[in-house]
Formats: sequence, structure tokens, C-alpha cells
Amino acid sequence: MTETTQSILSIENLDKSFGAVKILKDINVSIEPGEFLVLVGPSGCGKSTLLNCIAGLEESTAGDINIGGRSMIGVAPKDRDIAMVFQSYALYPTMTVGKNITFGMKVRGTPEAEQQAKLNEVATLLQIDHLLDRKPSQLSGGQRQRVAMGRALVRDPQLFLFDEPLSNLDAKLRVEMRTEIKRLHQTLGASIVYVTHDQIEAMTLATKIVVMKDGVIQQVGTPNEIYNHPANMFVADFMGSPSMNLIPAQATSSGNSTQISIARAAGDELVLNFDREISGLNGSGSKEVILGLRPENITDPLSIVAQSGQLADCQIDVVEPAGSDTFVVTSLGGKQVTARLRADAEVMAGQSASLAFDLTKASVFEPDSGARIA
Amino acid sequence: MTDISVNSVSSEKNAARIRLAQRIALRFGLYAMLLVFALYYLMPLFVMLTTSLKSLDEIRTGSLLSLPRDIDFTSWATAWSGACTGIQCDGLQPFFWNSVLLSVPAVFLSTLLGAVNGYVLAQWRFKGSNILFALMLFGCFIPFQVVILPMAIVLGKLQLAGTIGGLVLVHVVYGIGFTTLFFRNFYVTVPQELVKAAKVDGAGFFRIFYSIFLPISPPIIVVTVIWQFTQIWNDFLFGVSFSQAGTQPITVALNNIVNSTTGVKEYNVDMAAAIIAALPTLIVYVVAGKYFIRGLTAGSVKG
Repeated sequence: MTETTQSILSIENLDKSFGAVKILKDINVSIEPGEFLVLVGPSGCGKSTLLNCIAGLEESTAGDINIGGRSMIGVAPKDRDIAMVFQSYALYPTMTVGKNITFGMKVRGTPEAEQQAKLNEVATLLQIDHLLDRKPSQLSGGQRQRVAMGRALVRDPQLFLFDEPLSNLDAKLRVEMRTEIKRLHQTLGASIVYVTHDQIEAMTLATKIVVMKDGVIQQVGTPNEIYNHPANMFVADFMGSPSMNLIPAQATSSGNSTQISIARAAGDELVLNFDREISGLNGSGSKEVILGLRPENITDPLSIVAQSGQLADCQIDVVEPAGSDTFVVTSLGGKQVTARLRADAEVMAGQSASLAFDLTKASVFEPDSGARIA
Repeated sequence: MTDISVNSVSSEKNAARIRLAQRIALRFGLYAMLLVFALYYLMPLFVMLTTSLKSLDEIRTGSLLSLPRDIDFTSWATAWSGACTGIQCDGLQPFFWNSVLLSVPAVFLSTLLGAVNGYVLAQWRFKGSNILFALMLFGCFIPFQVVILPMAIVLGKLQLAGTIGGLVLVHVVYGIGFTTLFFRNFYVTVPQELVKAAKVDGAGFFRIFYSIFLPISPPIIVVTVIWQFTQIWNDFLFGVSFSQAGTQPITVALNNIVNSTTGVKEYNVDMAAAIIAALPTLIVYVVAGKYFIRGLTAGSVKG
């Protein structure tokens, strides 16, 4: 082992095609020991294929994958020092839970006593020690999930791979298991690559997120970076729920002040001050932009987060109370815009209400390319 | 008022009674019809059984459907060990063992090969595997007659002509199409992730086959074994084409017993011989029949 921190996984210029169809294009990612990397994207974006390439279940077309500093070209899955948890759990149906967990060790010829010791350790950790003699068909979904994780944990590999492990669970159990996975990551300090299409899972679990679309990485960053500084409109729209409001607007710069004006169906334009520089404006002139504002950055004037906000009266179209918050929908720049108000904010559909716009956390995008310009 | 309500109640009761009667009548008709069908199909077996237990005199004088006056097993003994096939008069016994020696290895080999083929075609797809599968399926529909001449040449080249080994080969080759189809369609319902998981766990091709796939296979193995055993045991054409005196299967011997006698036709012996020849497949169906149905309908393996 070298003294310097070496990447557990580094993927360099990876391409993957099935026939003429390019599934992955020029993927470059690396993770340090103990990192929790989440690959997130809509279905068909290539995230599962990327995971299969890391596992060695698919051959990459070009580029290289290094695990623990070792090139994985031509290395079989079993020799990659990885363990994988699958979406369908993939438990061996005729084997008991205990046999399922020890199968890998048995295949590798680990001594019986060591198998037993490791099995007990993992079973205790995952609280499945009372299930070891059952068959997978006798387990509930959550229990199967634990067994599948046990099978991976018992191997104690350099790198764990999770392929949408929670998507077969019901909503309540999914949240429980999510917490459990996070706790396991913290106690074991394991390095993990985790695939999901659920952006909330990505935000809650990851130390580093990779957002993918059509086989291309859109952005790599911490959950905070991804959420607050999305690199483009796709990332902005995909991450966060309800998703970011993307409002067509006009940015005008004169001297050292920039203003963003938004057309409204009725009444005057909404004009907001913007205190950052928009690239491409160069301090003067004006251009079409897309203003990205998260619902929590549009709120009611009495909310504490509204302090840095600029007030404006807006026509409220829909009110959606959600218990902890009240979401209201208004129309700006020809788009439906969702705002997040305090639960007891007094608003009524069809009436006008004063909303506070906080542009300190706003993103500004180029309308054509979708790229972030401020 | 009251009149109307009383009337409507009683008419409702009447309607219910009529519906019940209709349902009972329908049920009754259905069972009666099924009973008639069952009797119709059992009739030949009944005639065979009673005829085999009658003496020749009784067969000549009595009616076909009457029960035997005295139960007489001598024709069974004759069929088993005394009936003449041409010049040889050892009954069916040696040919019965020929058939056992032929079917057991042929069934075993064709089932095993079908399982491996099905495993590959369902879980280890390669370029052209679908075409290969289609060709194997096509093989199921090639009539026996087409195969006979080329097969005779191949057996001759392999020096297997006229041997039981040669017949085993013929049946294995002809059976692979079916057995592969059965296993492939069974294994295709097994999630691909199972193989991936086992690969990551370190298991290889054959390890995954016998540790994971064979243990889930009993339903389809039963189906395949019954199918293959019935086909091979009952086969006549390959048996008569590729065997010689001493290696003939029981179906060929049965034909010889029935057709090569001169003088009086011993119907009781013929019937006993026919039942003996059919008994193994009958027993297999009775013993494993319910697994057969279960296996045919067995679909996905839920883990």
C-alpha cells in the first residue's frame, strides 16, 4: 500500500457501445477511499451499464477502469475485489440465507471456520441472525434486501457496487433502508458506487454525485454543489423536488447593476435585482436568459428566509398545502412557477399575494445550450 | 300493497329455485358427458386386459366385452418368456431389457445435454445464439423418416450400426431439440442478475450451473424425463431401422410376436404382450403425472 491516498476507483475516457449505439461517452470519474459515489440519471442514461462495466459484467469498448490502482482490462468480475448488490436482490432461491451469504467464500475455498465466523459477524451487524436457515422465498422484501447486502459485506471488498437496491421496496421501507445504508457506510468507512434514478436517494446518501444523461456525465460534485450550482438546466431540473423553476427572462446590465425582468400575463413586468455577473453580458447590454429559482427561494414575506428577498405581488393560481409547507403555483414568463411558503401563510387561489424572491441562490442559464452562466 | 310484496317475494324465491335447478342440471350433464368420454377412452384398455386373461377357447366363443370366466395368467407368462418372435421363442423378456438399456442412458444423456444447452441459450447469450436456438427448434419438427438414411450412414461410419449404443445415439440426437426447448424456456424466466451475482461471487460457468440452476430444475427435469422416456420407449421406426437380432427394442419384438406367428392367432398372448410393452410408460405417468402438469405450468422462479 502506498502512503499517498490512492483512488479506489478511477475511470478514464470510458466508452461503451452496443453495436452502433453508443451507451457511454467519454466517462471520467474517480473516487477516494471511503467515498460514497452515486450515479443518478433518468432511465436509459447508461448508469447501470457503467456499473456493470465497473463490475466487469460488461466489457468496455474503450478507455480504462482502475480499481485500487490496478487496471481492470481483461480482469474477470471475481478477481476485481468488488461486491455487488442487485436490484432484484438475486438471492440463490434454493439456498438458505446462510448458504447465500457464504456461497462466495465457499467457491473461493475459504476455510469452514472462517466462513462461519464472518457469517455470524455480518448477520449480527445486519440483524438477520435469526433468519439464517430460511429460504429467500420465506423472507419479506426488506429482509431479502438485508441478505443481499450481507452477501456483499461478508466479502469485505475494496469497492461495493449497488444497482438500484431500494427500488423494489415500498416507500416506507425504502426510507428505512436508506438510513441503514448510510449508517453502514459511516460505520464501515466503505467505498461505494451506488446507482439510482431517485434524486432524493442520491442527495441523502452521496458524498459525491454523478448526474448522467444519454451516456454523458452532466456534472460531478458534492450534493451541495449539485443542488445549489447545477451545471446546466438538465441537472437543475432533475435534482430537487419539487424541481427548480426555470423561468424565461431578460437580463439587462448597466454599469455595476444587473436586472432580470420577467414577463407576466397581466400587469407589469417583474423586475428583480441580481448582484452577480452574468457571463456573456460583460457589464452592459441585455440578453435572453433562463432564471433558475428553487421553490424555497420564492416564499412569503413573513418567512425568515425571506429577509434577503425582493417583494412582488403575484396572482396565485393553485394552493397545495403539504403539511409542513404550503406550495403555491403562480405564472411567470409563461411558465408555471412553484413557490414554497410557510404552512400557515394566508394565501388563496385566485387572489393576489406578495411573494419574496431570493436571488442570492438563483442560477442563470443560457437558453439555447442550457449551460450555467451565473 | 301487501299482496304485491308477498307476490314479489315468492316470485323471487321461485326464480332462485329455478336457477339452482338449472345449475344442478348443468353440473349433472357435464359429469355425465365426462364419464362417457372416460369410458370411451378406457374401453380399449378394458378389452386388452380382459382378453389377456381369457383362454383362447373363451375368446373364440365369448363376446369381446364380456368378463373372463376364469382368470388365466398363462398368456402373460407366455408373452413374457415363451412367445415366439420369428424362430426365437424367449418371449418379450430379452427385448424388455434391451429397451431398458436403451432408454435409460438415452433419457439421461438427452436430458443432461438439454439442460446445459438451455442454460447456455437462456443465460449465456452469444452472437447467433437465437439462430442456433431456432435451428434446434426446427430439428424438433423434422419427421423421423427424413433422418433414417443419413443416420444409417453415420452409424455405419461410427461402427455403431445394429448396436444399442447406436440407438442411444440416435435418440439422444433426435431428443436434444425437445429437451433444449424445455430447459431453455424454463431458464429464460430466471433473472439474469442471478448469474451476475454468482459471477461476482466467483463462480464459473459449470459451478453456476450445478450450484444454482440444477437445484431449481426438478419441475422441468420431470417434464423432460417423462417426455423423453415416452418417446424413446414407444419408438418403433428407429428401433426397427437401426437394430438387428439381439438388440431390438420391445416395440419391435411386440410387432414380431403379433405379426410373425403362423397358425392360430393367440389374441390373449398378443394383448398381454402389448400391455407389458406399454406398462413402463403407464407407470411413469401414474407416478410422476402430477409433477408433469406442475412442471409444464411452472413459470418464474421467484427468489
